[in-house]
Amino acid sequence: MDIFLQQLINGLTVGSIYALIALGYTMVYGILRLINFAHGDLAILGAFIGLTVITGLAGSGGAPANWIVIVAFVLAVLVVAIAGVLLEFTAYRPLRNAHRLSAVVSALGASMFIQNGIMLIWSPQTLTFPEGIMPQTTYNFGSVVISATQIFIVTVSLLLMLALYLYVNKTRFGTAIRAAAIDQDAARLMGINVNKVITSVFILGPALGAIGGLFIGVYYRQAVFDMGWIYGLNAFIAAIIGGIGNIPGAMIGGLLLGLFSSLASGYISSTWQQAIVFGLLILILMVRPTGILGERVADKV
Amino acid sequence: MSLLSITDMKVSYGHIEAIKGVSLAVEEGEVVTILGANGAGKTTLMRTISGLLKPTAGTITYDGNDITQTRADAIVGLGIAHSPEGRRVFGTLTVEENLMLGAYTRPRTEALETRKQVYDLFPRLLERRLQLSGTLSGGEQQMLAIGRAMMAKPRLLMLDEPSLGLAPIIVKNIFAALADVRKTGVTILVVEQNARIALKLADRGYVLEVGKIVHEDTAKALMASSEVQEAYLGKG
Ligand SMILES: Nc1ncnc2c1ncn2[C@@H]1O[C@H](COP(=O)(O)OP(=O)(O)O)[C@@H](O)[C@H]1O
Ligand SMILES: [Mg+2]
Repeated sequence: MDIFLQQLINGLTVGSIYALIALGYTMVYGILRLINFAHGDLAILGAFIGLTVITGLAGSGGAPANWIVIVAFVLAVLVVAIAGVLLEFTAYRPLRNAHRLSAVVSALGASMFIQNGIMLIWSPQTLTFPEGIMPQTTYNFGSVVISATQIFIVTVSLLLMLALYLYVNKTRFGTAIRAAAIDQDAARLMGINVNKVITSVFILGPALGAIGGLFIGVYYRQAVFDMGWIYGLNAFIAAIIGGIGNIPGAMIGGLLLGLFSSLASGYISSTWQQAIVFGLLILILMVRPTGILGERVADKV
Repeated sequence: MSLLSITDMKVSYGHIEAIKGVSLAVEEGEVVTILGANGAGKTTLMRTISGLLKPTAGTITYDGNDITQTRADAIVGLGIAHSPEGRRVFGTLTVEENLMLGAYTRPRTEALETRKQVYDLFPRLLERRLQLSGTLSGGEQQMLAIGRAMMAKPRLLMLDEPSLGLAPIIVKNIFAALADVRKTGVTILVVEQNARIALKLADRGYVLEVGKIVHEDTAKALMASSEVQEAYLGKG
């Protein structure tokens, strides 16, 4: 029971990070029917920028002050959002009317470009985050340990997801985003500037991804240039599990994937974790080919 | 000066020319219909006026301004609303969300006023205001598509085959509603394959055949013309 609860808490933490990153995949797919393979790398870029800000402002000794951590998150979000917009302008917009495969190749190229860029700017080595970025308090319940870091990550992630949900579902521009995802031409006939909608999605997705990426950094206390690949892949799988293109789906998919992989590594083996994640994906797609909340394609016509 | 005038317009899909030099004019307050068989180019013409397609030649003038190169989302703000072929309602959004999107370019308070008028015109939409529009019947979706276009409070309302795929009784209801709309002074450009009902509503009409206008006359004259009767009214 204790193992179960412990893995539940760990899984919830990782899952909410996956969910944050998965939202970027799903929002871009929802509008452009494109998998932004560079999204995981953008998220990890957020971790590197955060790390640089923290070490730059706090030096390497001692725990960084709260304001430094806040500045790190804000700058990570800003830079990665700008990178997201630049990515769309350079890698995807020129190919808007080209063959689908061209965009896929461009996405893969962009992913490599960002990865190698991170490697050149920072280092090919694993970088370590200083101690004490997050409060170090831990709470023990029997043998179950919950850290303040975990509580912080889960709470902030859930709040961000709630905010995004309300923005997309309750505001005028959010409704325009949903309309453009359903039918771009019909959206234009409403007076919606679809290019603006697309840009906004390349701001929102990478911004949330950057927070997810920086959470990964502070949670595991390390960052490697090619880390975006595996975290991106898992977040992408989470988006598919939830039903790609569906925003609440990405949230549910992320949490589910985090819980499942965490329980799998607790009860079965952590070496098999990734294989088990793929197993979950296959299982869900067999039962529901469109993912948990995905619509049938026929409904879209 | 005409509210809308098109001169020598050509539109192509790749190297297939769908509109081969069309000129037409719509006066303020008129109801004009464009008749034509399937594939004649009616939808292409409408999509070009609303800016979704760009012509390869010719000009489109609206209210004295050249809008040939204006973006579709900006054209709505100028007062041209387009209810597209096949209705294209946003199926996973509610009826009310669809309507409010129709007024995307307008202030909310004004939009709410227009929404009241739309609900008066189509009470069925009011009953179903919180329902997802994808779950509406075809006739209700058409009402929603027309209502959504009206939400822009257009000076020129363009309707692409509002009768498409609907039962005759529903078509009658919809055209009765359109007759009410015309009384408010809105200029209407309606494309139809159902010539009989469209000519009843319209003041004037054009007949489009493979990308060219082959007839142009008052609705009465077109109704009486033997060629039109033979080709579009199923008599002869
Ligand atoms: N997206 C498209 N790509 C290529 N050809 C098209 C496209 N849309 C329409 N066409 C062609 O253009 C012509 C006019 O079509 P359309 O404007 O839809 O006619 P209508 O609305 O009168 O039925 C037809 O020959 C049609 O096949
Ligand atoms: Mg048509």
